[in-house]
Amino acid sequence: MKLGRVIGTVVSTQKLESLEGLKLLLVQPLDEKGAEAGAAIVAFDVARAGEGDLVFFEAGKEAAQANPNGWFNPADAAIIGIVDAVNVAESTVKAGRK
Amino acid sequence: MIIARVVGNVVSTEKHPQYRGYKILIVQPIDPHGRPAGRSFLALDGVQAGVGDKVLVVDEGGSARSVLGDEGAVTVRTVACGIVDRVDVESVP
Repeated sequence: MKLGRVIGTVVSTQKLESLEGLKLLLVQPLDEKGAEAGAAIVAFDVARAGEGDLVFFEAGKEAAQANPNGWFNPADAAIIGIVDAVNVAESTVKAGRK
Repeated sequence: MIIARVVGNVVSTEKHPQYRGYKILIVQPIDPHGRPAGRSFLALDGVQAGVGDKVLVVDEGGSARSVLGDEGAVTVRTVACGIVDRVDVESVP
């Protein structure tokens, strides 16, 4: 799992049936201090996150099984939760909408 | 498995139901001598670890489910599965 900030949305009309109704969000991975950690990725959302939210996401085959409707999704990243607070010494990363 | 230092934790209310009830740790991978090695990431806590603890982290779904004793948690992948007491290495710089 990693921390990330939702920085945008991705709209796709022509897509696989199993992705119907799922929100695709653009996520910038962050470290615990809020610094960018790698390139932005596209993740589908099961936590009802929105743009600007601090979230945590899961990658790999586990993400493909995160869809609450039970289908196996062809996805390699899923937003699992919205972060309320990050407790770490000298952290500057802020939870909530940016 | 990797060795990492627990540097903090994350609080989340709105999350996937399979993650309910677990503490989420922020872990910083370290080398055998305790120096940071690579980027921090998040792991569920399977061993009651706290900030400052050196932990063993498994980053594989099947093992993670087994550590948590929760075979239904199919989206869980990264779990702290042990607290490290000591690391013995031959060459200390």
